[in-house]
Amino acid sequence: MNHNHPVFTDNDPQSELVTLNLGPTHPATHGVFQNVLQLDGERIVSGVSTIGYIHRAFEKIAEHRPFYQITPLTDRLNYCSSPINNMGWHMTVEKLLNIQMPKRVDYLRVIIMELSRISDHIICNTIIGQDTGATTTFLYLFQFREHIYEIFEEVCGARLTTNIGRIGGFERDFNEIAFAKINKFLKEFPVALKEFENLLTRNRIFIDRTAGVAEVSKETALEYSWTGPLLRAAGVDYDVRVADPYSSYQDFDFEIPVGTSGDIYDRYLVRNEEMWQSVRIIEQAVVKLKTEPKGIFHADVPDFYLPPKQEVYNNMEALIYHFKIVMGEIDAPKAEVYHAVEGGNGELGFYLINDGGRTPYRLHFRRPSFINYQMFAPMSEGMLLSDAIINMSSMNIIAGELDA
Amino acid sequence: MEETTLNNNIHVKLTEKFGEKVTAVSEPYGLLTFVTYKDVIINVLSYLKDELKFNFLTDITAVHYPGQNHGIAVVYHLNNMVERVRIRIKVFISEQNPTIPTATTVWKGANWMERETYDLFGVKFEGHPDLRRILNMDDLGVHPMLKQYPLEDPNRVDKKDEFFGR
Repeated sequence: MNHNHPVFTDNDPQSELVTLNLGPTHPATHGVFQNVLQLDGERIVSGVSTIGYIHRAFEKIAEHRPFYQITPLTDRLNYCSSPINNMGWHMTVEKLLNIQMPKRVDYLRVIIMELSRISDHIICNTIIGQDTGATTTFLYLFQFREHIYEIFEEVCGARLTTNIGRIGGFERDFNEIAFAKINKFLKEFPVALKEFENLLTRNRIFIDRTAGVAEVSKETALEYSWTGPLLRAAGVDYDVRVADPYSSYQDFDFEIPVGTSGDIYDRYLVRNEEMWQSVRIIEQAVVKLKTEPKGIFHADVPDFYLPPKQEVYNNMEALIYHFKIVMGEIDAPKAEVYHAVEGGNGELGFYLINDGGRTPYRLHFRRPSFINYQMFAPMSEGMLLSDAIINMSSMNIIAGELDA
Repeated sequence: MEETTLNNNIHVKLTEKFGEKVTAVSEPYGLLTFVTYKDVIINVLSYLKDELKFNFLTDITAVHYPGQNHGIAVVYHLNNMVERVRIRIKVFISEQNPTIPTATTVWKGANWMERETYDLFGVKFEGHPDLRRILNMDDLGVHPMLKQYPLEDPNRVDKKDEFFGR
């Protein structure tokens, strides 16, 4: 079993290569990643990735939890954009149960998902800046993640691991403060994003560091099952929001940015443009919400959606529903369903097999970071160590999503 | 409607090519699903990739159905990005000797997906270039996603499976 294990020490005194353990806790890797690299000077000759440092066996745990208790597990996959994971899971169960969402709920979800996409891309792009030596951009744009978290806090009470929404809608309606904060964000964020772009996009040093580094052809990207901004930077216009629309994305007018060479600069540009498109989508959603009937924040499915506490205490039926839902006794069809959403890093898929019990028979997460990251070591070969570092930043590998 | 015609076409073509090796065809939630066998799985995958434009391997995973003759199902999800069709392929293999040819010969991206499946279910992918555990430690000794391994301490009385509907 251990035949192919990475070498941790240099046994050969004649060797001119140096073995370097990059990680598991290296400040430049932004997470728990270990790569054992063979270096010839500053060039990487070969590398082996080791993962699993924060493996928490979510797929096993999920087999022993009723559906609504799995939402907090999905929070901890890509914790930089937990709401997308939450919504993806809710929509998977809704697909299984054949629940149709009211348009207003779809639009509210779109707002939340696009805000999380922005916060995810802010992390990635500012950290590319940081790792190429531009600390200003990181500090400058990062405050808008704080504003996004404030919106989440207003909607669901939590900031990072949000557990936002319920199967069947939201737990409560967006209040006036939430909408005020969204509008404030829509006004202020584009100004800051423009300034961020002014600092980096045509910056000579930044271009020299990123353009032409870690180029990936679209054939290779497809061969390695890449999705998300990485695949689009390589020139394939695949986005789940368009290819397989969910949550009424077909009602929105937005563009899918596509790169040409798949290098780090293209990935940066694609993510930046996606943030602009997300702003566009949120603006449209806010306008669309004005024409939708007010006060609808969940579908009318008493069998699956928890009744308000007031009702539970005063109304027999609500009490029964409450009991059945909390005990996980919902009658879900015996079926299997695959649902994918466009996460911050690519296609986030949920493969759910239900056998009629209270818990899933099997739940598998298709985690984009896990699948994207397998190319990191092979593509680092021949690369400078400093380039490999920004390559990893631009792949935006999130340890929680890598290990599940 | 459109989806159904596409699925039908794929079904017809697969049956023409592989005959009775393609069985149990169904369409849960519009996603064409069928069962095939491990001696033809690589041919099926290559045919889907090269002839039917399923250029993208979305996922490989497995499911354990204990107590059955062929108790482990290896599940492949493919995606045809041009015509926007997805397809699901299942291969049931024996629990005692869980082997199946590797798909890394068709897609390089299958590498880590198969390592994960090996790690969690013990499925041995024959011909895989680097079949090691990926998430768990090397000396774990078991493949933890198999149903015989309980999630929590089996001696606890409040966490019995029967309280969770099975």
